[in-house]
Parts: sequence; structure tokens; C-alpha cells
Amino acid sequence: MNRFAELLDRLVLTPSRNGKLTLLTDYFRSVEDPDRGLALAAITGDLSIAAVKPAMLRALVVERMDPVLFGYSYDYVGDLAETVSLVWPQAPESIPNHAPTLAEVVGRLQAASRSDGPQVLARLLDSASISARFAIIKLVTGGLRIGVSARLAKQALADLGKVDVAEIEELWHGLTPPYTELFAWLEGGAEKPRSAALALFRPVMLSNAVDDGDLEKLDPADYAAEWKWDGIRVQAVCEGGIRRLYSRTGDDVSGAFPDLAAAMDFEAALDGELLVGDPREATGTFSDLQQRLNRKRVSPKIQQQYPAFMRCYDALQIDGEDLRGLAFTERRGRLEAFVGTLDPSRFDLSPLVAFPDWEALERLRQAPPHPIIEGVMLKRWDSPYLAGRPKGPWFKWKRDPHTVDAVLMYAQRGHGKRSSFYSDYTFGVWAGPEGAEELVPVGKAYFGFTDEELRQIDKYVRDNTIERFGPVRSVRADRKNGLVLEVAFEGLNRSTRHKSGVAMRFPRISRLRWDKPAAEADRIETLQALLD
Amino acid sequence: MRASDLLKPRPEGLYCPPGDFFIDPVRSVGRALITHGHSDHARSGHRSVLATRQTLDIMGLRYGEDFAGTTQAAILGETVDINGVSVTFHPAGHVLGSAQIAVEYQGMRIVASGDYKRQKDATCLPFEPVPCDVFITEATFGLPVFRHPPDTEEIARVLKSAAQFPERSHLIGAYALGKAQRVMRLLRDAGYDPPVYIHGALAKLSEYYQSQGVDLGRLEPATVGSGGKADFTGAIVVGPPAAFADRWARRFPDPISCFASGWMRIRQRAKQGGVELPLIISDHGDWDELIATIKETGAGEIWVTHGREEALVRWCELEGIAARPLHLVGYEDEGD
Repeated sequence: MNRFAELLDRLVLTPSRNGKLTLLTDYFRSVEDPDRGLALAAITGDLSIAAVKPAMLRALVVERMDPVLFGYSYDYVGDLAETVSLVWPQAPESIPNHAPTLAEVVGRLQAASRSDGPQVLARLLDSASISARFAIIKLVTGGLRIGVSARLAKQALADLGKVDVAEIEELWHGLTPPYTELFAWLEGGAEKPRSAALALFRPVMLSNAVDDGDLEKLDPADYAAEWKWDGIRVQAVCEGGIRRLYSRTGDDVSGAFPDLAAAMDFEAALDGELLVGDPREATGTFSDLQQRLNRKRVSPKIQQQYPAFMRCYDALQIDGEDLRGLAFTERRGRLEAFVGTLDPSRFDLSPLVAFPDWEALERLRQAPPHPIIEGVMLKRWDSPYLAGRPKGPWFKWKRDPHTVDAVLMYAQRGHGKRSSFYSDYTFGVWAGPEGAEELVPVGKAYFGFTDEELRQIDKYVRDNTIERFGPVRSVRADRKNGLVLEVAFEGLNRSTRHKSGVAMRFPRISRLRWDKPAAEADRIETLQALLD
Repeated sequence: MRASDLLKPRPEGLYCPPGDFFIDPVRSVGRALITHGHSDHARSGHRSVLATRQTLDIMGLRYGEDFAGTTQAAILGETVDINGVSVTFHPAGHVLGSAQIAVEYQGMRIVASGDYKRQKDATCLPFEPVPCDVFITEATFGLPVFRHPPDTEEIARVLKSAAQFPERSHLIGAYALGKAQRVMRLLRDAGYDPPVYIHGALAKLSEYYQSQGVDLGRLEPATVGSGGKADFTGAIVVGPPAAFADRWARRFPDPISCFASGWMRIRQRAKQGGVELPLIISDHGDWDELIATIKETGAGEIWVTHGREEALVRWCELEGIAARPLHLVGYEDEGD
């Protein structure tokens, strides 16, 4: 338990992806079964234990200490789990001879009934160290929130076993905690586990961006083109009555889209884009799609207003036959015939875009027929379906990004290599009537610049600081003074969380406009026009 | 004799009317008694200063030899008479040279403990409980959430991380007087032999610690040599916390920022400060140490100063011990 607690403590404060991977692989390598598998399940969200409500936790602690002192403590720390882990009074006689293992803790929690859950928790807290108490409370209150996705945990497993992460993803849904056979395989002690489970995820094929000069080397006749839809990549798999909708990283998202899942009455594995609307009439915008994302539960009203459908562009399996080895042109033929048999309000076909040469395709790319198109995809007619991101068979050729000239308002220190640099920038555009313009923040970006540019901005921030709040500096920015940043972004959403009413997608610094006076930066109306 | 007639807060600091002296005054005064060398307790410019030899030496290093008109070295455990008031210095366990000051007059004894801790520390003498009528305690970590783990566990985490990330450097932020040297000493006690690289601000004080018999091993200035960043691959560097946010820190390869402080107990504090590896190492007593010490002194009355007075006063009330906050101005309750 203590090693798991230590891992959580480190992960939560380690910003870099590589740092997290090192911590995870070291943990998986040095901790034995079944603890490491249970830790993995806790991180990927696959561990089920009876939940304890925060109010119960609070009741347990004030049975044990003065409520006024607890109140002072909670006010100071601000986080219930952390406060309880720190103030929990530990009777010396309750400290066991050995610290409980994660398996013991999980076992006792899983065996607890709803009514004796709080008492079981209290006894566990009595026998644990401060860090372990925090970890236990996080386990029972749900949600570790340590900045590690299931995908990152799978990457750590791949690093551990020196295998491709696609292999882990393909196996994942057939495995259960504590994943003993998976670790045995990764450590070379056993065969790769073979799963008998149905409707498993197939690792997806990804594309490379078109770089300067790429197209000149390619023959347009070798490639099919389709629109690149700005939705959510999904894989719909139905096998032996089991239906699963997976995200591109293999997370099961069926629960969030019950309307689409209900229409999945076929035997196949299809690859496509999840969108909202009715494919026969109108496709919703990205803002519409957002109404369906990141929700635990979807009300019938939202389902009706923003129905989910799948725009299919590949078939990996049909009626038990694996099609991944076939050429795209053959798979496409099978897909077209198959989609025709499905519910037309929930499934349609991503159309091919005919083009004689790259110049013609370029014109189509610049002026797509629908706002939810963000470019074109190029797929080699003769390419099989390959997991991962092979260079050559698939390209994405995105619409050029939008840009806006904004003024630097706040800068925050970075982490790791950048901990002595102000590298995270909040920028704003002008709003308000003429003569009384004010900057309103519209976004934050922390990449897009070179190391040399970073040094220059850092110096500018240090020389033009007007206020400091912890790691953040407020930078001089008014009509006469200010650094103008050209910010590139992929799209704009309405936002009620930001004062400006807009939120940028994928913003990055594209150019430093040292030459441009702050007063000539863009106005909020320029961005608002993009919303409609 | 009422206790409040023997010692009372004044804007300059804690004042003893019958003895006509101040303890740790924050402004220049005629006669100052000083508990330890941290700058918020030990200021320059007093006419006369009474403190331990080591505290006087430390003040000399920080402010120059002429930091006071006259100085007198207090010997631990020996009583000095000041205008009829008996004054005795006792070790406080905070930093090298730190002392509590017991003030006794007409049968009333008050102990002004300055800053103190009870964890063992190889760089200074341990705290010595002194029975008294009134005990003045600090309350930097006066909340039940502050529980310092054993310092050896914290140092072990740095060494584990250094082994996990051999290509990176570990920068440990630690206050220049006391904490920095304690961290270096802990590294040595944990068997870490390579040179420890230090920021220039630590050089004089660390050298002084070594001259007082505190072995810190080989210390090297953290300056860039011919090899550039590669010089510090795998290195452990100690410096004042502020330096790591500064351009100075750019000489280190992909640093992991560590901060040695009692505040690191609170995750959000570590997160806000961009600390990747918090080390809960403090020179102030934690909650358990504070309440154990209050009981141990047997004092019937507790005065609580700099920090979170309210919780400690509340605890005393629950225990039936008279207690009140002592509002002294000018001390940094954030320092550690």
C-alpha cells in the first residue's frame, strides 16, 4: 500500500509525460502481483469497490477529534481527502506489524457491505500511514485524479514489456484485474494471453500530417480522398450479441451514447467518426457535438436534441471475416454494401471526394462544404489496415488554421526543463467601446515558439512584470505597451466559463509580432464572427 | 508579579520592563537578547546583543562584524543577571546556535522558546524542556494537519528519485541557514558520497557549520565548468528556494525541483510552487511536537505567537490550560 501511495504522490506532482512513464514502469517492475495489477486497475478506472460518501468520511473523523480543530484544518487544506488523511488520529496500538498491502486493502473494501463500509474504512485508516490513508480515501471516494490516463498507463505497460501499445489495447478488454497473465507475458515469463472475450477493440490506424513537399512525391491516382470530419473517432464492434463503442484509444464509451449503441445490431467492426444530427438531413457542428461529450449520464432530452450517429469510413471485420489485410479499395467496397443495410438515421458512409490532381484537391480543402469538415484525408487505394501510424498509406491534410493577433497578458512558469522560464501565456484581444478598450483573455498557449523565442519572451515578461501571484506574472499590456502574439487555432467554441465567451481549440503561438503595436491587435468581434 | 509585567509585546518586540531588554526585537533597540540567527529574529543595529556564540558568529557572517555596538556570548545553562532579572539560554533544536531564553524574576519564570523543533537534527543541539510558569511557543505549524514524517524517509525519496532519473539533476530548495546544512548532513548520513553542489548564498554559512564540527562532506560551487550542462547530470544541488525560479537554474539539465519545507505537507502548496518532489523537512515543531512540548514544560499558561495561534489556543482550552495569542509583529510565519 505504501508503494502505491508513494506512486500516487509522485504522479500527481510530475508534469512531464516521460517522467510519469518512468515512475509507472518502475512501479510495475518492482512491485509484485497482485498489488501492481490492482494499482493498474485503480489508475485505469477498472477497479470496483463500494463507495463511501464524503459526508460519511467527515462523520467518521469528527467522532475522533474536536470538530472545531477539524474545521480549522479543513479550511486551511481545502481538500477533504487530504485533510482527513492528515488529521486522522492514530492510536499507537493500532499500528500493525506490517503495513497492509494494496491487495489486503482492496480485499477488505470489496468484502464490505454498504452498512459496514465506513467502519471497515475507519479500521484501514487506523492502520495506515498518512500517504496510505490518502490513497485509501481516494480509492473509496472514487477518482484518483492524478493526471494519468488509461492510455498512459497502457503505454507504461508497453514500455515495460517492450511491445507496441496497440498490442496492449487489443488485449485490454478481455483482461480483468489483477492482470497477472498480462504481467507474466510482458516480463517474458509466459505466452501472450489469448482472449476468448467477444467484441474486443482493434487498434486503430492513424494518419500523418501532410508536410511541405510530401505531395509532389505522390501520384494522385494512388490515393482516395475523403473529408476529414471534426468529430470523435470511434470503433463500433458487435460480436455474438455483445456491443461496444470504443474511443480511438480503446476506452469503452458505449455508456455515453446509448442511442447509437441501441442501433448497433450487426456482426462487424466498423471504423468511423461520431457526429450528431441526422445524417439524411443535417450534420451538427462541433459545438453541438460538445453537448454529448464528457457526460456521465445523458438525458433523453439531450439524446433527442443531439442524436449521435456514425459516419463510417472503414470496415475491419464483417460477419466474422477479418478484412484488415485487404486493400483499402476492397474494404471500401465491402463497407459501402454493408452500411446500406444499417439504420440510415444512425449510420452513413463518409463519401469519397473525386479529384483529378493536387491543385484541385487543394481548392476543395480550402472551401469545404460543411463547417464540421476540417480538411481532407488521403488513403492509398492499395493499403491494408495497419495499427498505429505508419508513414505513407494515410495522410491528413487539414484546413489552414485560423489566426488572431492577441496581446500577452499573463505568463506562468513552466515545469521541468522550463521551470526557470515563463512559458505558459495567457493572451487577450480588445473589447469595449473606442477610447475605453480593455483586453479580455481569450486563451492560453504554451508551445509553438522556438527555444530562442522562449528566451526572448521570458526576458520580456521579466522586464515588464507589473504584478506577481505565485508562479504567475501579470505583464504590462495596454494600448501603448504590450507584446503582440500571432496565435493559431483550429476552431472556436462558445464558452460560459470564460469572460470573453469564446474558447479556442488547440491554440499555439505561431509568430511573435515585436513589430506590431498593441493597439493594433485584433478585437473580440473578429473572433465572435467565427462562431456563427 | 504578573507574567504580563515581566514580558509584554511592544512594537519593537517582546519587552522585559524590569530587565529593560527585548527578546528578538524587529527594530533597533538598546539591549537585545536573540534566540537564533534567522533574519526575522536577528536584526543588525542594536546597541548591545546577548546571544549564543554561534548565533553571534552567524550574525557577524550575515551583517558584518559591526552588526551591533557590543556583544556578549551567552553560555547555555549559565544564568546572567540583567538589572536583577535572571536570564538563562537553553538549546532549542531549531538551527545551529539556537536557544530558548528563560527569564526569571521574583519567582516567576517565563520561557521564550523562539523557534524550535523536537525531531533530532545532527546539525544542532537538541531542544531541552525547561519547566516554567509561562511558555511562549511558536505556532508556525500549529494545525493538526501538520505532521512531519521522519527526515530520513524524506531524504530516501530524493535518493530513490536520483536513481530513477539519472539523466536529470535534482535541485533542493532549502533556506540558507539551517535547513540547507541539515539536508546536506542527511544526505551524508544516508550514504550519499558524491559532491553536493551549492548556490553561492550557502557557501559562507556551510563553511561555518563545517568549522563548528558539522561534517557536510564535499561541497562544490554550482557554477558551470567547461562541460556546461552535462556537469550536473545526476547531480544533487542545494540552493535557496527563490534561486530555482530564477535564471540561475538554467544551467541544470532537465531539473527536478525539490523543496525541503514543512509546508510541503500540503499537496496544493507543492503544486502551486511547481515542486515535483516535496520534502517534508522542517526546523519547526509539527502539531504533535508542539502539544507534547506544551505538556512537558508543565506551564500553567501558554502564549502563542507567529503562526496559526487559534488552533493551538483551542487545543489548550480543551486541555484546561490557560492560553492566549501573543500578537507580535514582524515575524515571518511563512518561513521554513
